[in-house]
Amino acid sequence: MTIRVVKPGLLTTVQDLGRFGYAHLGISPAGAADGLSLRVANLLVGNAESAAALEMTLLGATLEFDELSVVAVCGATCECKLDGVAILQNVAVEVSSRSVLQCGRTTDGARCYLAVQGGFDVPWVMGSASTDIRGRFGGHQGRRLQAGDVVRVRKANQTRTRRMRADAFDVLQRTGPIRVTRGAQNDWFTADAFARFLTTTYTVSEQSDRAGLRLKGEAISTRDAKQLLTDGIPLGAIQVPQGGQPIILFVDQQTTGGYPKIANVIAADMHRIGQLRPRDEVRFNKVSMADAIEAVRAQERWLKDIFIAA
Amino acid sequence: MKIIPASDSSLLVVFGEAISTEVEELVLALFHALQARHDDRIRNLHPGYVSLLVDFDPLAVTRQEVGTIIESAVHTGQSAASIDPEVVAIPVCYDAEFGPDRADVAAHTGLSIDEVIRMHSSATYRVCFLGFTAGFAYLGGMPEALHTPRLATPRRAVAAGSVGIAGGQTGIYPTETPGGWRLIGRTPLRMFDPQADPPTRVQAGDRVRFSSIDRIRFEKLVQGHS
Repeated sequence: MTIRVVKPGLLTTVQDLGRFGYAHLGISPAGAADGLSLRVANLLVGNAESAAALEMTLLGATLEFDELSVVAVCGATCECKLDGVAILQNVAVEVSSRSVLQCGRTTDGARCYLAVQGGFDVPWVMGSASTDIRGRFGGHQGRRLQAGDVVRVRKANQTRTRRMRADAFDVLQRTGPIRVTRGAQNDWFTADAFARFLTTTYTVSEQSDRAGLRLKGEAISTRDAKQLLTDGIPLGAIQVPQGGQPIILFVDQQTTGGYPKIANVIAADMHRIGQLRPRDEVRFNKVSMADAIEAVRAQERWLKDIFIAA
Repeated sequence: MKIIPASDSSLLVVFGEAISTEVEELVLALFHALQARHDDRIRNLHPGYVSLLVDFDPLAVTRQEVGTIIESAVHTGQSAASIDPEVVAIPVCYDAEFGPDRADVAAHTGLSIDEVIRMHSSATYRVCFLGFTAGFAYLGGMPEALHTPRLATPRRAVAAGSVGIAGGQTGIYPTETPGGWRLIGRTPLRMFDPQADPPTRVQAGDRVRFSSIDRIRFEKLVQGHS
Protein backbone atom coordinates (compact mmCIF):
# COMPACT_ATOMS: atom_id res chain seq x y z
CA MET A 1 0.00 0.00 0.00
CA THR A 2 1.01 3.64 -0.32
CA ILE A 3 0.51 6.89 1.52
CA ARG A 4 0.34 10.19 -0.36
CA VAL A 5 1.60 13.33 1.30
CA VAL A 6 -1.08 16.01 0.94
CA LYS A 7 0.71 18.50 3.21
CA PRO A 8 4.16 17.72 4.59
CA GLY A 9 3.97 19.71 7.83
CA LEU A 10 7.01 21.61 9.05
CA LEU A 11 9.64 18.86 8.97
CA THR A 12 8.49 15.30 8.41
CA THR A 13 11.04 12.55 7.83
CA VAL A 14 11.20 8.76 7.79
CA GLN A 15 13.15 7.55 10.83
CA ASP A 16 13.85 4.35 12.70
CA LEU A 17 16.10 3.82 15.72
CA GLY A 18 19.19 5.09 13.93
CA ARG A 19 22.26 4.14 11.95
CA PHE A 20 25.08 2.72 14.02
CA GLY A 21 28.53 1.49 13.14
CA TYR A 22 29.54 4.32 10.78
CA ALA A 23 30.65 7.08 13.14
CA HIS A 24 34.27 6.48 12.06
CA LEU A 25 33.22 7.63 8.58
CA GLY A 26 31.68 10.81 9.99
CA ILE A 27 28.14 9.45 9.83
CA SER A 28 25.87 10.40 12.71
CA PRO A 29 23.20 8.02 14.00
CA ALA A 30 20.18 10.09 12.84
CA GLY A 31 17.05 8.12 13.85
CA ALA A 32 14.04 9.25 15.85
CA ALA A 33 14.72 12.22 18.13
CA ASP A 34 12.31 10.59 20.59
CA GLY A 35 13.07 6.94 20.03
CA LEU A 36 10.84 5.86 22.89
CA SER A 37 7.73 7.29 21.23
CA LEU A 38 8.66 5.69 17.92
CA ARG A 39 9.00 2.33 19.66
CA VAL A 40 5.64 2.68 21.43
CA ALA A 41 3.91 3.70 18.17
CA ASN A 42 5.35 0.69 16.34
CA LEU A 43 4.44 -1.74 19.12
CA LEU A 44 0.84 -0.44 19.21
CA VAL A 45 0.28 -1.29 15.54
CA GLY A 46 1.99 -4.66 15.94
CA ASN A 47 5.28 -3.77 14.22
CA ALA A 48 8.76 -4.58 15.38
CA GLU A 49 9.70 -1.67 17.63
CA SER A 50 12.45 -0.54 15.26
CA ALA A 51 10.28 -0.32 12.11
CA ALA A 52 10.49 2.84 10.03
CA ALA A 53 7.89 5.47 10.98
CA LEU A 54 7.30 9.15 10.32
CA GLU A 55 8.71 11.79 12.62
CA MET A 56 6.69 15.01 12.43
CA THR A 57 8.03 18.24 13.91
CA LEU A 58 5.91 21.00 15.54
CA LEU A 59 3.31 20.86 12.76
CA GLY A 60 2.15 17.45 11.56
CA ALA A 61 1.49 16.20 8.04
CA THR A 62 -1.74 15.52 6.16
CA LEU A 63 -1.67 12.08 4.57
CA GLU A 64 -3.97 10.09 2.30
CA PHE A 65 -4.08 6.30 2.60
CA ASP A 66 -4.85 4.21 -0.50
CA GLU A 67 -5.77 1.06 1.41
CA LEU A 68 -7.20 -0.13 4.68
CA SER A 69 -4.52 0.24 7.34
CA VAL A 70 -3.79 0.56 11.05
CA VAL A 71 -1.89 3.53 12.45
CA ALA A 72 -0.82 4.96 15.80
CA VAL A 73 0.33 8.47 16.66
CA CYS A 74 2.57 8.83 19.73
CA GLY A 75 4.90 11.40 21.22
CA ALA A 76 3.89 15.03 21.63
CA THR A 77 0.18 15.77 21.88
CA CYS A 78 -1.20 17.05 18.59
CA GLU A 79 -4.74 17.25 17.32
CA CYS A 80 -5.21 14.40 14.87
CA LYS A 81 -8.25 14.10 12.63
CA LEU A 82 -9.22 11.18 10.48
CA ASP A 83 -11.56 12.39 7.72
CA GLY A 84 -12.33 15.38 9.91
CA VAL A 85 -13.10 13.42 13.08
CA ALA A 86 -10.72 13.67 16.06
CA ILE A 87 -8.87 10.46 16.91
CA LEU A 88 -6.94 9.46 20.00
CA GLN A 89 -3.19 9.19 20.27
CA ASN A 90 -1.38 6.22 21.81
CA VAL A 91 -3.90 3.73 20.43
CA ALA A 92 -4.01 1.70 17.24
CA VAL A 93 -6.59 3.24 14.90
CA GLU A 94 -8.02 1.63 11.79
CA VAL A 95 -7.83 3.77 8.67
CA SER A 96 -9.96 2.95 5.67
CA SER A 97 -9.05 3.23 2.02
CA ARG A 98 -8.96 6.84 0.71
CA SER A 99 -9.08 8.31 4.22
CA VAL A 100 -7.15 11.43 5.07
CA LEU A 101 -5.26 11.73 8.35
CA GLN A 102 -4.51 15.27 9.38
CA CYS A 103 -1.99 15.84 12.18
CA GLY A 104 -2.01 19.32 13.71
CA ARG A 105 0.31 21.44 15.77
CA THR A 106 2.09 19.79 18.70
CA THR A 107 1.07 21.34 22.00
CA ASP A 108 3.28 19.83 24.70
CA GLY A 109 6.41 18.77 22.87
CA ALA A 110 8.25 19.05 19.58
CA ARG A 111 7.62 15.79 17.76
CA CYS A 112 5.02 13.15 17.15
CA TYR A 113 5.45 9.80 15.47
CA LEU A 114 3.17 8.03 13.05
CA ALA A 115 3.61 4.29 12.80
CA VAL A 116 1.73 2.32 10.15
CA GLN A 117 1.18 -1.41 10.36
CA GLY A 118 3.88 -3.06 8.27
CA GLY A 119 6.27 -0.11 8.57
CA PHE A 120 7.39 2.37 5.90
CA ASP A 121 9.13 0.77 2.97
CA VAL A 122 12.21 2.80 2.12
CA PRO A 123 15.58 1.43 1.03
CA TRP A 124 17.99 0.67 3.83
CA VAL A 125 21.17 2.65 3.64
CA MET A 126 23.99 1.44 5.88
CA GLY A 127 21.63 -0.70 7.88
CA SER A 128 18.96 1.89 8.60
CA ALA A 129 15.87 3.54 7.13
CA SER A 130 16.60 6.82 8.90
CA THR A 131 16.84 10.05 6.93
CA ASP A 132 20.23 11.74 7.18
CA ILE A 133 19.17 15.27 6.28
CA ARG A 134 22.63 16.80 6.05
CA GLY A 135 24.16 13.85 4.18
CA ARG A 136 21.05 13.65 1.92
CA PHE A 137 20.62 9.91 2.14
CA GLY A 138 18.36 7.37 3.81
CA GLY A 139 14.63 7.73 4.43
CA HIS A 140 12.54 8.89 1.49
CA GLN A 141 15.04 10.05 -1.16
CA GLY A 142 17.36 11.39 1.52
CA ARG A 143 15.15 14.33 2.38
CA ARG A 144 12.13 15.62 4.27
CA LEU A 145 8.74 14.74 2.81
CA GLN A 146 7.15 17.14 0.35
CA ALA A 147 3.57 17.56 -0.86
CA GLY A 148 2.82 14.98 -3.55
CA ASP A 149 5.35 12.40 -2.31
CA VAL A 150 4.09 8.84 -2.32
CA VAL A 151 5.62 6.64 0.36
CA ARG A 152 5.23 2.87 0.32
CA VAL A 153 4.25 0.79 3.33
CA ARG A 154 5.31 -2.84 3.69
CA LYS A 155 2.70 -5.54 3.84
CA ALA A 156 2.24 -6.50 7.47
CA ASN A 157 3.06 -10.14 8.20
CA GLN A 158 0.71 -10.08 11.15
CA THR A 159 -2.18 -7.78 12.03
CA ARG A 160 -2.43 -8.10 15.80
CA THR A 161 -2.37 -4.72 17.46
CA ARG A 162 -1.56 -3.89 21.09
CA ARG A 163 -3.24 -1.76 23.72
CA MET A 164 -1.51 0.35 26.32
CA ARG A 165 -2.42 0.86 29.96
CA ALA A 166 -4.23 4.18 30.47
CA ASP A 167 -1.79 5.22 33.19
CA ALA A 168 1.32 4.15 31.25
CA PHE A 169 2.73 7.66 30.90
CA ASP A 170 2.07 8.62 34.53
CA VAL A 171 5.01 6.56 35.72
CA LEU A 172 7.39 7.63 32.96
CA GLN A 173 9.47 10.57 34.10
CA ARG A 174 8.88 13.34 31.60
CA THR A 175 9.16 16.50 33.70
CA GLY A 176 11.77 17.98 36.02
CA PRO A 177 15.45 18.49 35.32
CA ILE A 178 17.13 16.52 32.54
CA ARG A 179 19.51 14.01 34.12
CA VAL A 180 23.16 14.20 33.13
CA THR A 181 26.43 12.52 33.99
CA ARG A 182 29.83 14.22 33.88
CA GLY A 183 31.17 14.83 30.37
CA ALA A 184 34.60 13.72 29.14
CA GLN A 185 36.11 17.17 29.83
CA ASN A 186 34.15 17.92 33.00
CA ASP A 187 37.47 18.54 34.79
CA TRP A 188 38.19 21.43 32.41
CA PHE A 189 35.57 23.35 34.37
CA THR A 190 35.87 24.50 37.98
CA ALA A 191 33.51 23.03 40.58
CA ASP A 192 31.87 26.45 40.68
CA ALA A 193 31.32 26.52 36.93
CA PHE A 194 29.78 23.03 36.99
CA ALA A 195 27.58 24.02 39.95
CA ARG A 196 26.44 27.10 38.01
CA PHE A 197 25.63 24.89 35.02
CA LEU A 198 23.49 22.69 37.27
CA THR A 199 21.60 25.57 38.91
CA THR A 200 20.93 27.64 35.78
CA THR A 201 17.60 27.51 34.01
CA TYR A 202 18.46 27.53 30.30
CA THR A 203 16.19 28.43 27.41
CA VAL A 204 16.25 26.39 24.20
CA SER A 205 17.21 28.79 21.40
CA GLU A 206 15.39 29.13 18.08
CA GLN A 207 18.60 27.95 16.38
CA SER A 208 18.07 24.38 17.47
CA ASP A 209 17.55 21.33 15.32
CA ARG A 210 18.16 17.59 15.30
CA ALA A 211 21.93 18.18 15.20
CA GLY A 212 22.07 20.34 18.30
CA LEU A 213 20.02 22.30 20.78
CA ARG A 214 21.59 25.65 21.56
CA LEU A 215 20.87 26.86 25.07
CA LYS A 216 20.72 30.43 26.36
CA GLY A 217 21.47 31.31 29.97
CA GLU A 218 24.35 31.76 32.35
CA ALA A 219 27.65 31.55 30.44
CA ILE A 220 30.08 28.85 31.60
CA SER A 221 33.79 29.07 30.99
CA THR A 222 36.62 26.59 31.28
CA ARG A 223 39.40 26.84 33.87
CA ASP A 224 41.92 28.06 31.29
CA ALA A 225 41.92 28.83 27.59
CA LYS A 226 43.45 25.55 26.39
CA GLN A 227 42.13 24.16 23.12
CA LEU A 228 40.66 20.70 22.83
CA LEU A 229 42.07 18.48 20.10
CA THR A 230 39.07 17.34 18.04
CA ASP A 231 37.63 14.18 19.58
CA GLY A 232 34.58 11.94 19.34
CA ILE A 233 31.20 13.23 20.51
CA PRO A 234 28.81 10.88 22.29
CA LEU A 235 25.08 11.26 21.70
CA GLY A 236 23.64 13.85 24.09
CA ALA A 237 26.98 15.46 24.89
CA ILE A 238 26.71 19.00 26.22
CA GLN A 239 29.59 21.01 24.82
CA VAL A 240 30.57 24.52 25.81
CA PRO A 241 32.02 26.66 23.01
CA GLN A 242 33.99 29.86 23.66
CA GLY A 243 30.88 31.99 24.15
CA GLY A 244 29.95 29.82 27.15
CA GLN A 245 26.41 28.99 26.00
CA PRO A 246 26.04 25.19 26.11
CA ILE A 247 24.90 23.09 23.14
CA ILE A 248 23.30 19.64 23.48
CA LEU A 249 24.52 17.55 20.56
CA PHE A 250 21.81 15.32 19.27
CA VAL A 251 20.88 12.60 16.76
CA ASP A 252 22.10 14.44 13.62
CA GLN A 253 25.21 15.70 15.42
CA GLN A 254 28.69 15.94 14.02
CA THR A 255 30.62 12.82 15.04
CA THR A 256 33.69 14.74 16.21
CA GLY A 257 34.21 18.24 17.55
CA GLY A 258 36.63 20.55 19.26
CA TYR A 259 34.76 21.97 22.25
CA PRO A 260 34.98 20.63 25.81
CA LYS A 261 32.03 18.59 26.99
CA ILE A 262 30.88 19.44 30.50
CA ALA A 263 28.10 16.87 30.85
CA ASN A 264 26.14 14.24 28.95
CA VAL A 265 22.41 13.55 28.92
CA ILE A 266 21.69 10.05 30.26
CA ALA A 267 20.34 7.46 27.82
CA ALA A 268 17.00 7.28 29.66
CA ASP A 269 16.35 11.03 29.14
CA MET A 270 17.34 11.21 25.48
CA HIS A 271 13.67 10.97 24.42
CA ARG A 272 12.94 14.12 26.42
CA ILE A 273 15.58 16.07 24.49
CA GLY A 274 13.69 15.10 21.34
CA GLN A 275 10.59 16.78 22.72
CA LEU A 276 12.19 20.13 23.65
CA ARG A 277 10.91 23.07 21.67
CA PRO A 278 12.44 26.48 21.00
CA ARG A 279 11.85 28.75 24.03
CA ASP A 280 11.32 25.78 26.39
CA GLU A 281 13.15 26.06 29.69
CA VAL A 282 15.50 23.31 30.74
CA ARG A 283 17.54 22.50 33.83
CA PHE A 284 20.04 19.75 34.51
CA ASN A 285 20.52 17.41 37.43
CA LYS A 286 23.72 15.38 37.87
CA VAL A 287 23.29 11.68 38.60
CA SER A 288 25.81 8.88 39.08
CA MET A 289 26.66 6.42 36.31
CA ALA A 290 24.99 3.67 38.34
CA ASP A 291 21.76 5.71 38.57
CA ALA A 292 21.92 6.46 34.86
CA ILE A 293 22.18 2.76 34.02
CA GLU A 294 19.40 1.87 36.45
CA ALA A 295 17.20 4.55 34.81
CA VAL A 296 17.63 3.12 31.32
CA ARG A 297 16.98 -0.40 32.57
CA ALA A 298 13.83 0.83 34.36
CA GLN A 299 12.69 2.42 31.13
CA GLU A 300 13.03 -0.89 29.30
CA ARG A 301 11.00 -2.59 32.03
CA TRP A 302 8.38 0.17 31.66
CA LEU A 303 8.17 -0.45 27.92
CA LYS A 304 7.63 -4.18 28.44
CA ASP A 305 5.03 -3.54 31.11
CA ILE A 306 2.71 -0.97 29.50
CA PHE A 307 0.90 -3.21 27.04
CA ILE A 308 -2.23 -5.14 27.95
CA ALA A 309 -2.96 -8.43 26.28
CA ALA A 310 -5.58 -7.67 23.61
CA MET B 1 46.53 5.47 28.08
CA LYS B 2 43.59 6.75 30.09
CA ILE B 3 40.00 5.52 29.93
CA ILE B 4 37.48 8.24 30.81
CA PRO B 5 33.71 7.71 31.06
CA ALA B 6 32.23 10.17 28.54
CA SER B 7 28.57 9.25 29.07
CA ASP B 8 26.57 6.31 30.43
CA SER B 9 27.01 4.72 26.99
CA SER B 10 30.57 5.59 26.05
CA LEU B 11 34.21 5.56 27.11
CA LEU B 12 36.88 7.90 25.80
CA VAL B 13 40.29 6.25 25.46
CA VAL B 14 42.96 8.97 25.52
CA PHE B 15 46.49 8.16 24.32
CA GLY B 16 48.22 11.51 24.67
CA GLU B 17 48.01 15.25 25.03
CA ALA B 18 49.49 16.39 21.73
CA ILE B 19 49.18 15.38 18.07
CA SER B 20 51.95 13.05 16.94
CA THR B 21 52.24 10.19 14.50
CA GLU B 22 52.94 7.80 17.41
CA VAL B 23 49.70 8.75 19.15
CA GLU B 24 47.76 8.59 15.86
CA GLU B 25 49.04 5.05 15.36
CA LEU B 26 47.94 3.99 18.85
CA VAL B 27 44.46 5.40 18.22
CA LEU B 28 44.17 3.63 14.88
CA ALA B 29 45.56 0.35 16.21
CA LEU B 30 42.86 0.24 18.89
CA PHE B 31 40.22 1.33 16.39
CA HIS B 32 41.14 -1.47 13.98
CA ALA B 33 41.43 -4.07 16.76
CA LEU B 34 37.97 -3.21 18.10
CA GLN B 35 36.46 -3.10 14.61
CA ALA B 36 37.88 -6.55 13.87
CA ARG B 37 35.94 -7.98 16.83
CA HIS B 38 32.55 -7.25 15.21
CA ASP B 39 31.05 -7.03 18.69
CA ASP B 40 27.56 -5.64 18.14
CA ARG B 41 27.34 -4.46 21.75
CA ILE B 42 29.78 -1.77 20.64
CA ARG B 43 27.74 0.56 18.48
CA ASN B 44 30.16 3.15 17.21
CA LEU B 45 33.85 4.02 17.21
CA HIS B 46 34.92 7.65 16.83
CA PRO B 47 38.69 8.08 16.33
CA GLY B 48 40.06 11.57 17.06
CA TYR B 49 43.54 13.12 17.01
CA VAL B 50 44.64 11.60 20.33
CA SER B 51 41.66 9.52 21.44
CA LEU B 52 39.08 6.92 20.50
CA LEU B 53 35.49 7.24 21.68
CA VAL B 54 33.88 3.83 22.16
CA ASP B 55 30.10 4.00 22.15
CA PHE B 56 28.27 0.95 23.50
CA ASP B 57 24.74 -0.27 24.21
CA PRO B 58 24.36 0.18 27.98
CA LEU B 59 21.59 -2.43 28.07
CA ALA B 60 23.79 -5.08 26.48
CA VAL B 61 27.15 -4.56 28.15
CA THR B 62 28.54 -2.80 31.23
CA ARG B 63 31.13 -0.04 31.26
CA GLN B 64 33.47 -2.36 33.15
CA GLU B 65 33.16 -5.07 30.49
CA VAL B 66 33.84 -2.55 27.72
CA GLY B 67 36.91 -1.40 29.68
CA THR B 68 38.18 -4.99 29.71
CA ILE B 69 37.50 -5.37 25.98
CA ILE B 70 39.47 -2.16 25.32
CA GLU B 71 42.42 -3.31 27.46
CA SER B 72 42.67 -6.60 25.62
CA ALA B 73 42.21 -4.92 22.20
CA VAL B 74 45.04 -2.51 23.00
CA HIS B 75 47.36 -5.54 23.25
CA THR B 76 46.24 -7.23 20.04
CA GLY B 77 46.13 -3.82 18.31
CA GLN B 78 49.74 -2.92 19.06
CA SER B 79 51.09 -6.17 17.73
CA ALA B 80 49.18 -5.78 14.46
CA ALA B 81 49.84 -2.08 13.88
CA SER B 82 52.47 -2.35 11.18
CA ILE B 83 50.20 -2.78 8.13
CA ASP B 84 51.22 -0.81 5.04
CA PRO B 85 48.82 2.08 4.65
CA GLU B 86 46.80 2.53 1.47
CA VAL B 87 47.90 5.53 -0.63
CA VAL B 88 44.90 7.21 -2.23
CA ALA B 89 45.53 9.53 -5.18
CA ILE B 90 43.15 12.48 -5.37
CA PRO B 91 43.20 14.54 -8.56
CA VAL B 92 42.52 18.22 -7.92
CA CYS B 93 41.88 21.02 -10.39
CA TYR B 94 43.44 24.11 -8.83
CA ASP B 95 41.88 26.57 -11.36
CA ALA B 96 40.77 29.96 -10.05
CA GLU B 97 37.12 29.05 -10.56
CA PHE B 98 37.41 26.14 -8.11
CA GLY B 99 39.94 27.84 -5.86
CA PRO B 100 38.52 31.30 -5.17
CA ASP B 101 40.82 31.72 -2.14
CA ARG B 102 44.07 30.73 -3.93
CA ALA B 103 45.19 34.34 -4.03
CA ASP B 104 44.44 34.83 -0.30
CA VAL B 105 46.57 31.80 0.57
CA ALA B 106 49.36 33.07 -1.67
CA ALA B 107 49.17 36.55 -0.11
CA HIS B 108 49.12 35.17 3.44
CA THR B 109 51.98 32.73 2.93
CA GLY B 110 54.09 34.96 0.71
CA LEU B 111 54.19 32.23 -1.94
CA SER B 112 53.11 32.50 -5.56
CA ILE B 113 49.90 30.73 -6.58
CA ASP B 114 51.97 28.20 -8.53
CA GLU B 115 54.09 27.49 -5.44
CA VAL B 116 50.97 27.02 -3.32
CA ILE B 117 49.67 24.47 -5.83
CA ARG B 118 53.01 22.73 -6.17
CA MET B 119 53.50 22.45 -2.40
CA HIS B 120 49.95 21.33 -1.73
CA SER B 121 50.15 18.63 -4.40
CA SER B 122 53.60 17.33 -3.51
CA ALA B 123 53.06 16.44 0.17
CA THR B 124 51.83 13.08 1.44
CA TYR B 125 49.02 13.46 3.95
CA ARG B 126 47.87 11.12 6.70
CA VAL B 127 44.14 10.54 7.18
CA CYS B 128 44.04 11.03 10.96
CA PHE B 129 40.33 10.30 11.17
CA LEU B 130 36.99 11.08 9.54
CA GLY B 131 34.49 13.21 11.35
CA PHE B 132 32.43 16.37 11.48
CA THR B 133 30.29 15.31 8.53
CA ALA B 134 29.89 12.16 6.40
CA GLY B 135 33.16 11.37 4.66
CA PHE B 136 35.10 14.42 5.88
CA ALA B 137 38.76 13.46 6.37
CA TYR B 138 41.05 15.27 8.81
CA LEU B 139 44.39 15.25 7.04
CA GLY B 140 47.70 15.65 8.82
CA GLY B 141 50.97 16.61 7.21
CA MET B 142 50.35 19.87 5.35
CA PRO B 143 53.60 21.81 4.88
CA GLU B 144 53.84 24.58 7.45
CA ALA B 145 54.46 27.18 4.74
CA LEU B 146 50.85 26.73 3.59
CA HIS B 147 49.19 27.43 6.94
CA THR B 148 46.47 30.06 6.44
CA PRO B 149 43.65 31.01 8.82
CA ARG B 150 40.09 30.16 7.83
CA LEU B 151 37.70 32.80 6.43
CA ALA B 152 36.33 35.36 8.90
CA THR B 153 32.82 34.66 7.58
CA PRO B 154 32.05 31.13 6.40
CA ARG B 155 30.43 30.65 2.99
CA ARG B 156 26.81 29.58 3.04
CA ALA B 157 27.49 26.82 0.52
CA VAL B 158 30.72 25.14 -0.48
CA ALA B 159 30.50 22.76 -3.46
CA ALA B 160 31.14 19.06 -2.93
CA GLY B 161 34.74 18.15 -3.77
CA SER B 162 36.13 21.55 -2.78
CA VAL B 163 39.65 21.40 -1.34
CA GLY B 164 40.43 23.91 1.37
CA ILE B 165 42.91 25.06 3.98
CA ALA B 166 42.11 26.08 7.57
CA GLY B 167 45.06 26.89 9.78
CA GLY B 168 47.37 23.88 9.60
CA GLN B 169 44.70 21.60 8.20
CA THR B 170 43.68 20.74 4.68
CA GLY B 171 40.66 18.76 3.60
CA ILE B 172 37.98 18.04 1.04
CA TYR B 173 34.31 18.86 1.44
CA PRO B 174 32.56 15.56 0.62
CA THR B 175 29.09 17.11 0.25
CA GLU B 176 27.82 20.62 -0.29
CA THR B 177 27.76 22.30 3.12
CA PRO B 178 28.40 25.72 4.62
CA GLY B 179 32.09 26.13 5.38
CA GLY B 180 34.84 28.55 6.31
CA TRP B 181 37.95 26.93 4.83
CA ARG B 182 40.02 28.78 2.20
CA LEU B 183 39.23 27.04 -1.07
CA ILE B 184 42.14 26.33 -3.40
CA GLY B 185 40.75 23.70 -5.77
CA ARG B 186 38.24 20.94 -6.39
CA THR B 187 38.39 17.20 -6.96
CA PRO B 188 36.08 15.58 -9.50
CA LEU B 189 35.95 12.42 -7.37
CA ARG B 190 33.01 11.62 -5.15
CA MET B 191 34.43 11.46 -1.65
CA PHE B 192 31.20 10.16 -0.16
CA ASP B 193 28.67 7.85 -1.79
CA PRO B 194 26.09 6.40 0.59
CA GLN B 195 25.35 3.54 -1.84
CA ALA B 196 28.98 2.45 -2.16
CA ASP B 197 30.76 -0.02 0.11
CA PRO B 198 32.68 1.48 1.78
CA PRO B 199 30.76 4.75 1.41
CA THR B 200 33.85 6.93 1.75
CA ARG B 201 36.82 7.09 -0.60
CA VAL B 202 39.37 7.34 2.20
CA GLN B 203 39.58 5.66 5.60
CA ALA B 204 41.34 6.59 8.80
CA GLY B 205 44.98 5.52 8.48
CA ASP B 206 45.18 5.92 4.68
CA ARG B 207 47.70 8.23 3.03
CA VAL B 208 46.52 10.84 0.54
CA ARG B 209 48.37 12.53 -2.32
CA PHE B 210 46.86 15.30 -4.39
CA SER B 211 47.73 15.56 -8.07
CA SER B 212 47.17 18.72 -10.07
CA ILE B 213 44.90 18.22 -13.11
CA ASP B 214 43.61 20.64 -15.74
CA ARG B 215 40.03 21.57 -16.43
CA ILE B 216 39.63 19.12 -19.34
CA ARG B 217 40.75 16.18 -17.24
CA PHE B 218 38.49 17.39 -14.43
CA GLU B 219 35.43 17.34 -16.69
CA LYS B 220 36.36 13.89 -18.05
CA LEU B 221 36.64 12.48 -14.54
CA VAL B 222 33.34 14.08 -13.48
CA GLN B 223 31.65 12.33 -16.40
CA GLY B 224 33.39 9.09 -15.57
CA HIS B 225 31.97 9.11 -12.09
CA SER B 226 28.41 10.32 -12.70
